[in-house]
Amino acid sequence: MPTIGELAARYRSGEATPTRVVEAHLRRIEALDPKVHAFVTVTRESALAQADAADKRFRAGTPVGSLDGVPLAIKDVICTKGVRTTCSSKILENFVPPYDATVMTRLTAAGAIMLGKTNMDEFAMGSSTENSAFFPTRNPWDLARVPGGSSGGSAAAVAADFAAGALGSDTGGSIRQPAAFCGTVGLKPTYGRVSRYGLVAFASSLDQIGPFARDVRGVALLLQAIAGHDPLDSTSTDVPVPNYLAALGQGIQGLRVGIPSEYFIEGMDPEVEKAVWDAIEVLKRLGAKTEKVSLPHTDYALAAYYLIAPAEASSNLARYDGVKYGYRAPGSKDLIHMYGRTRAEGFGQEVKRRIMLGTYALSAGYYEAYYGKAQRVRTLVRRDFQQAFERVDVLVCPTAPNVAFKLGEKEDPLQMYLCDVFTIPVNLAGLPGLSMPGGFTPGGLPIGLQLIGKPFDEATLLSAAYAYEQATPWGSRTPALT
Amino acid sequence: MPEPKITLKEVEHVARLSRLELSDAEKERMRSQLDAILTYIDKLRQLNTDNVEPTSHAIPMVNVMREDAVRPCFPTEEMLANAPEREGDFVRVPRIIEE
Repeated sequence: MPTIGELAARYRSGEATPTRVVEAHLRRIEALDPKVHAFVTVTRESALAQADAADKRFRAGTPVGSLDGVPLAIKDVICTKGVRTTCSSKILENFVPPYDATVMTRLTAAGAIMLGKTNMDEFAMGSSTENSAFFPTRNPWDLARVPGGSSGGSAAAVAADFAAGALGSDTGGSIRQPAAFCGTVGLKPTYGRVSRYGLVAFASSLDQIGPFARDVRGVALLLQAIAGHDPLDSTSTDVPVPNYLAALGQGIQGLRVGIPSEYFIEGMDPEVEKAVWDAIEVLKRLGAKTEKVSLPHTDYALAAYYLIAPAEASSNLARYDGVKYGYRAPGSKDLIHMYGRTRAEGFGQEVKRRIMLGTYALSAGYYEAYYGKAQRVRTLVRRDFQQAFERVDVLVCPTAPNVAFKLGEKEDPLQMYLCDVFTIPVNLAGLPGLSMPGGFTPGGLPIGLQLIGKPFDEATLLSAAYAYEQATPWGSRTPALT
Repeated sequence: MPEPKITLKEVEHVARLSRLELSDAEKERMRSQLDAILTYIDKLRQLNTDNVEPTSHAIPMVNVMREDAVRPCFPTEEMLANAPEREGDFVRVPRIIEE
């Protein structure tokens, strides 16, 4: 299937039409998604109607932009007007939003076509998409393995060629880790770069929407469409949006690349470590200047995150009370009883665990020792990055310590949390981070290479990623899914 | 055995605050899982943070205000479409006040 960049050219030349491309994707979903389970909802009718409208625009010579007719998959945590938005939770199983998230409004205005809503860990809490209340998603490279999470459905949909691109959300690695496991490119923008209006909240100071695509150009095109200030999200920042596509060809001669020594740890997969060092050699060959840097508080970031994110989640998820929308446990005799049973029946185990942990961390007598302490450690993690970025332009490291693991392999919650040890610090500091294919294991599983940038400097990340992509063969590999 | 980080009684208290009805088996499982997580989190105590300001948001922000003007809002029908139970233009809930 063509990439996002290729589609625009083919539509303009008349070599392809949006309807034929959307039909081809829908056929592929119909044939192969019963094995992958990337989608919770497929919006066939509206996709075909949107494609027909795009056909007409191209025939008239008036496409609305570089995403006109591009078929996308949308994580089911992003509100879509009139289309069920479940967060892969029983509690929102039948919730139909009355409005579109700002990112959807922008994508629609750019002509993009939604093929459907993708599966995820319930409320974006997890690293394997096994926490979906409906079904687990499988990794297109090996159906016995997880696609990563929480945006596992979006990553798998792109890797399996069900969609040309996708949107996910990233609170502690939920775009980058599944991008790594599925061999796609995934970008978590700077906090505030993309509006969160209409993103169902998990941890509001960490959540950010971002794109997936099979190549760096695709991610740049999607970011261009969704980035920018939105008066409907008071945490979105009014910083000018550069031309990301123009940044791609700039090359990386003289780019200062930092290698954080704390991101090469005992217990990590030696194949991942070797791939990252090989990638660093490629960057050097392309003209980058590398140096070792230290982020001394890395080892504490995970612990701080598992207080801050659950604390915010326990507050955000208080809204699911069975009153105004969502699931309600039947037959309760009074309101308090109804709340307790609705939430017990409506939430899965991981969500309950995080609500409990967050409520505990915020409760009287523990607030300063846990939540307050974690916020102070967050400052230390941020300072580490600030100091490193005084000397370098980007950081390069693994996205995750391991490649995709087997379904059911990580039953202990803490072991699952440790999957995100290299992605979480980036969220705590609010920085942009990108994961891209950085090699494959001898067994054929993708390895994720992570690039971390300065606040609002996605352009440098994309230009470094593009240079590496052009110099390596990894992006052209596709899973043998039949 | 080291002192548990969290007791069954605390689990019950937090479950009440969280409005989560947990079965006895769930409570015990929750207690041991939270215990393991809190033991891991204890490593934060190794850091001296006495003179460190807390960070609540990574990107500095000031309050964002808008004109307090009347604007159109969603129609009642659309807002009630997702309600689990309704009566007329109202959301219906179980009894709140004792008779």
